[in-house]
Amino acid sequence: MSEQYVLETRNLVKEFKGFVAVNDVNLQIRQGDIHALIGPNGAGKTTVFNLLTKFLIPTRGQILYRGEDITPLKSAAIARKGIVRSFQISAVFPHMTALENIRVALQTAEGSSYSFWKSGNSLHKLNERCMELLESVGLAEFANTTTVELAYGRKRALELATTLAMEPQLLLLDEPTQGMGSEDVDRVVELVRKAAQGRTVLMVEHNLSVVSKLCDRITVLAQGAVLTEGDYQTVSADPRVREVYMGSDGSGERGSQAAASENVEAAQ
Amino acid sequence: MDQPVNPADIHKAIVEQQKIQDRKKLMVNGVLLLLLLAAPFVMYPVFLMKILCFALFAVAFNLLFGFTGLLSFGHAAFLASGGYTTGYLLSNFSGLTTEMGIIAGTATATLLGLAFALLSIRRQGIYFAMVTLALAQLVFFFFVQSEFTGGEDGMHGIPRGELFGLINLEDNLNMYYFVLVVFIACYLLVQRIVSSPYGQILKAIKQNEPRAVSLGYNVDRYKILAFVISAALAGLAGSMKSVVFQLASLNDAHWHMSGEVILMTLVGGMGTLLGPVVGATFVVNIEYQLSQGPLRDWVDPILGGIFVLTVLAFRSGIVGELQKFMRKNLG
Repeated sequence: MSEQYVLETRNLVKEFKGFVAVNDVNLQIRQGDIHALIGPNGAGKTTVFNLLTKFLIPTRGQILYRGEDITPLKSAAIARKGIVRSFQISAVFPHMTALENIRVALQTAEGSSYSFWKSGNSLHKLNERCMELLESVGLAEFANTTTVELAYGRKRALELATTLAMEPQLLLLDEPTQGMGSEDVDRVVELVRKAAQGRTVLMVEHNLSVVSKLCDRITVLAQGAVLTEGDYQTVSADPRVREVYMGSDGSGERGSQAAASENVEAAQ
Repeated sequence: MDQPVNPADIHKAIVEQQKIQDRKKLMVNGVLLLLLLAAPFVMYPVFLMKILCFALFAVAFNLLFGFTGLLSFGHAAFLASGGYTTGYLLSNFSGLTTEMGIIAGTATATLLGLAFALLSIRRQGIYFAMVTLALAQLVFFFFVQSEFTGGEDGMHGIPRGELFGLINLEDNLNMYYFVLVVFIACYLLVQRIVSSPYGQILKAIKQNEPRAVSLGYNVDRYKILAFVISAALAGLAGSMKSVVFQLASLNDAHWHMSGEVILMTLVGGMGTLLGPVVGATFVVNIEYQLSQGPLRDWVDPILGGIFVLTVLAFRSGIVGELQKFMRKNLG
């Protein structure tokens, strides 16, 4: 049964000193899907992400990747298995150039990352692949720009390219459009669509129009538990989903701004 | 910008730029080398050797602090363990040549560094600094209590001996050029490390650790390696210092020394290659000049003042500020 799912969680629970942030969550991510995790602020979406990538240790439950139990693995090992995440707040290496950012990701597989005696010029052979990846997100001309000088939307694009450099089987995107203007949002939607070819994607997203455009399947979390699951039509028609969203702030569009407060909580 | 860009051109430009930077580095290194070669004919060699030993100590510390982002407050332990080991061996085993004593001292500091790293590396920020300080204090008390160190009196009359059994190091010029060769080798090693594939990962870890983890890097191992290399070079500095001065004392193990190397690195410019060298030269000179004059009781407050001034006004230190200035005014 479980082979058809790339990633599965079984009765996943995370408690913080008595507060149950994630309560008995059973996720099933199908091969090749773009799967969205939505829900109002504080629903535990980012916590689930942190559990899946072991940035937090689950209190109980199991995580299975292609049927294999990966619950005891550490973050770095999970990344090397091909489950690579992005972060809510753009995660780049600010004082490296765009090209160097991507090269760091390529070095994982290249295998010389402990070679402290080798010349830095030995990394030039990775540059070609770096340029390809930069081009694929429209950043080729910024290859030699220090990342801190890039505009926010470009940083996010760079982050996505860096993540893709890992050749992930399963891409975990934590609010890829957070804090963006509408043009940037459209660009990111296109990028994610492109990136998802031949891959499976699980994304946390507040922007419901993004979710409706992109996602094959949607899981709604509320108060740490799964409220419902299905495609966009099913989920958006569910009165309980409307209720939890109305209860928080009415519309998904505005929810993306309110997400900032959740960042703080989840980052801890 | 709508003009089409050719990735191959950009790549070429990057490699070209790298070459120019390498050439610049080579030029700076060449000028410094000439200065250092000529220096003992103008200045007292023992004083120069003191500067070189502290410069190496600071370079070692900076590899960890400036390039990996780990503030160790226990580096005195490595300086002292190197010095005491070398001193003890050279004093008690006349068959040992000087370089063997120095290698043994460095090895001791390396192992001690590994032990420190394993115990402290999982802690972050201030907790990391506190754990390293506590461990260094343990080492300090060990040296105070031990017979072989001479306790409060220190270890005196360490023979300089002969290098490879051939070159007489009692001669200050010979000694100076030996210290210089070791210093240059270590400096070039650190320069290499920082620009190596491994150096790129250190940079990445320093700038965004969670991201480095999410890219599959086991960051603890990278940090441990940096810590151990740093401890080894600090131990080497201590070993050479004990040979130069024929003395190993508790001063080197005291937490003051761990503070002083932070001061040197910050004043010179953390995260720059040359910064710790300039910082060590600066601090050793100030201490020496002041101790000769009427302000000899004011050395500590004056150094403290310089420290405060650096942290408040010149964050990037002497070399860092100079680099900024040159970038602004010379393109």
